[in-house]
Amino acid sequence: MTKALLELQHLKKQYSGQKAVDDISFSVGEGSIFGLLGPNGAGKTTLLRMITGIIYPDEGQILFDGKKFDPLTDVNLIGYMPEERGLYKKMKIGEQVLYLAQLKGLSRQDAMQKIKYWFEKLDMQTWWNKKVEDLSKGMSQKLQFVVTVLHEPKLIILDEPFSGLDPLNANLIKDEIFGLAKKGSTIVFSTHRMEQVEEICDHIVLVNLGAKMLDGSVQDVKQQFKENKYYIRLSEPVQPISSNVFSVVDQKERELTVRIQPGGASNDILSHFISQRQNIEAFHEILPSLNEIFIRLVEGTHAAARAFQNNAS
Amino acid sequence: MNKTLLVARREFLTRVQKKTFLLTTIGVPLLIAVFYAALIFFQFKSTDTYVIALSDEANVFGGKVPEKKDDLEFKLVKADTATLRKQLDDKTYDAYLYIPASFSLNGNDSMEFRSAKAMGFMTRDKVEDLISSVLEEKRWLQMNLTKAAIDSIRKKDEPIRFTSAAGKKETGAKAGISYGVGMLSGFLIYIILFVYGTMVMRGVMEEKVSRIAEVIVSSVKPFQLMMGKITGIGAVGLVQFLIWILLIFGIQMALPLIFPEIGASLQSAPNMGPGAGQATQAVEDMKNSGALNGFMSDLQTINFGLIIGCFLFYFLGGYLVYSALFAAVGSAVNEDPQDAQSLLFPIMMPIIFAFVIMTNAVNDPNSSMAVFGSLFPFTSPIVMMARVAHGIPDGVTVVQLLISMALLILTFLGTTWVAGKIYRTGILLYGKKVTWKEMIKWAFRSN
Repeated sequence: MTKALLELQHLKKQYSGQKAVDDISFSVGEGSIFGLLGPNGAGKTTLLRMITGIIYPDEGQILFDGKKFDPLTDVNLIGYMPEERGLYKKMKIGEQVLYLAQLKGLSRQDAMQKIKYWFEKLDMQTWWNKKVEDLSKGMSQKLQFVVTVLHEPKLIILDEPFSGLDPLNANLIKDEIFGLAKKGSTIVFSTHRMEQVEEICDHIVLVNLGAKMLDGSVQDVKQQFKENKYYIRLSEPVQPISSNVFSVVDQKERELTVRIQPGGASNDILSHFISQRQNIEAFHEILPSLNEIFIRLVEGTHAAARAFQNNAS
Repeated sequence: MNKTLLVARREFLTRVQKKTFLLTTIGVPLLIAVFYAALIFFQFKSTDTYVIALSDEANVFGGKVPEKKDDLEFKLVKADTATLRKQLDDKTYDAYLYIPASFSLNGNDSMEFRSAKAMGFMTRDKVEDLISSVLEEKRWLQMNLTKAAIDSIRKKDEPIRFTSAAGKKETGAKAGISYGVGMLSGFLIYIILFVYGTMVMRGVMEEKVSRIAEVIVSSVKPFQLMMGKITGIGAVGLVQFLIWILLIFGIQMALPLIFPEIGASLQSAPNMGPGAGQATQAVEDMKNSGALNGFMSDLQTINFGLIIGCFLFYFLGGYLVYSALFAAVGSAVNEDPQDAQSLLFPIMMPIIFAFVIMTNAVNDPNSSMAVFGSLFPFTSPIVMMARVAHGIPDGVTVVQLLISMALLILTFLGTTWVAGKIYRTGILLYGKKVTWKEMIKWAFRSN
């Protein structure tokens, strides 16, 4: 793995006796797109707030770029888009972006230049004198994204960046996220939307009830949770099967889902059909989706009920 | 640029650029000017005379009616009480004074004074004064004193020189002006604490409700955000005050040119607080004796440099002490502004309490209550102004002033520290109704 930009070491945080974060450690590689997953109330926001220097951990420490995280100076290198979006409703958009950029340590000139660049890029030039209350939800979402990345932070933290965006704008933002990662920014993002995680993230961590449950690259995690299932499509209807290498899980006319018995290998399935002289049109391993893994891990814990409610809504 | 300053600049500019700022900044002094103009107008043009029918069967007044004085006018009539009552009902007179034939100066029988409507306190006082002075004169005459002798006894200006320990000349006018100045400046600080305090609170609530607080505290420390807000709004207040002072001076200069007749009295009018009866009396006295020059020199004995200096200090000190607390309350409140009410109560109490002490202290700047109130930092910004108006060392000693200032600064540091901790927790906490108990817990926990 590449050098870690961010390293969390044994972070703990309690709120009035309740453990919001209980001994969580992980590291985020420089230039990677990192997914922080977990049901509501799992401690994600608390973690993100500690990373952004808004609150301090009770125990443990955070290393940023190899050094101990110093909120006073390092916040300028971080861009944070909280889940609950917020902008001054009555302030002119141009002034507002300028102000927020200056708070991140940019000079006025620098900020103006970058605002111009982003406003042009995302087709927002006419917004300068408008107010946030005049914008639609999607538009203000876009604005919030610009505010977050304007100062070219090394670390960009996005909490549910796509909520409220139509597919077109979601793609636009997604492309920008890839672009920023390519330019060297590290992106941590937090979401419940597993299909987006699969599409975007290199590496994920799943937290639940304040503890880390999963840590690895998307592929590794899927491998870890695979159930040795395979999909086969034949050119003719399936013949009756009896094999001690695999068992049939599901069967349609020409399609099969099978599970290999312990000790078996995928080639054993192929040799079975080859020996039966059946033509194989398609064959691939079925890996669990992150959504399935998420549900499997979280289900049954206290947080489960709330997480499902939220996903449904 | 320093981040606190950036925040302060935004707070300042967004408020100053609003139309309402211009409106209140120009409107308030105009209103005050109109108010005083109306006050003065009624003082000069008051034609509402109070007509009293005098039925003097005992001939106490000797067939003469007392001269018309102020707005009291007597009319001699010959009637019994029944007729008088009827006339009262017909609104021929405002009141009647019936002196029965059996009335004698040393006897027990009483005269009857009846008014159509409830009498004002002042009118009643005047009537009483007038009658008693007539009766007094009668009694003197009974003792074989000549009219001239009585007049010489009643010499108006008693040769008493009022001086204070400081050796400065005290006049009625100066005490009156001190009263007025103290009342006005104490009252202004009282208003400032409320107006600007709630402005800070609403600003904090707005940031919390619109959820921008979390975006901002990922760039600046919550304490910087709070201090920036307090500084910015404080600057708005300061600018507004400077404009007001300039405007008031401007109006004062301009008015005598427009209305020469009221020019003289307007000189003192802005210094009169509500209920500054003494000052009015003093001004009245001087007008009668034509001692306007004396009044002007009295005005100069008031140390305006000291008062304005102290005003600015206590304005800023009081504002800083309280605005931090208002900010803490704002951070703890959620969408429902009603929650703020109950949380605000403990903050408003000392301010109101201070106002009550202040109204006392303007009369008696060295009472133990006034001394306590002017040292206790939660009341001192308001109370001390009442004492300072009486000057040093008459109203307050230098030592007390310095102690009071030092305490205020220490308290400001303390409340800001406490409020900062409450603010930091409160601003990110949603959907929970917070009590003072919890806020105090936030303030004193270790991180």
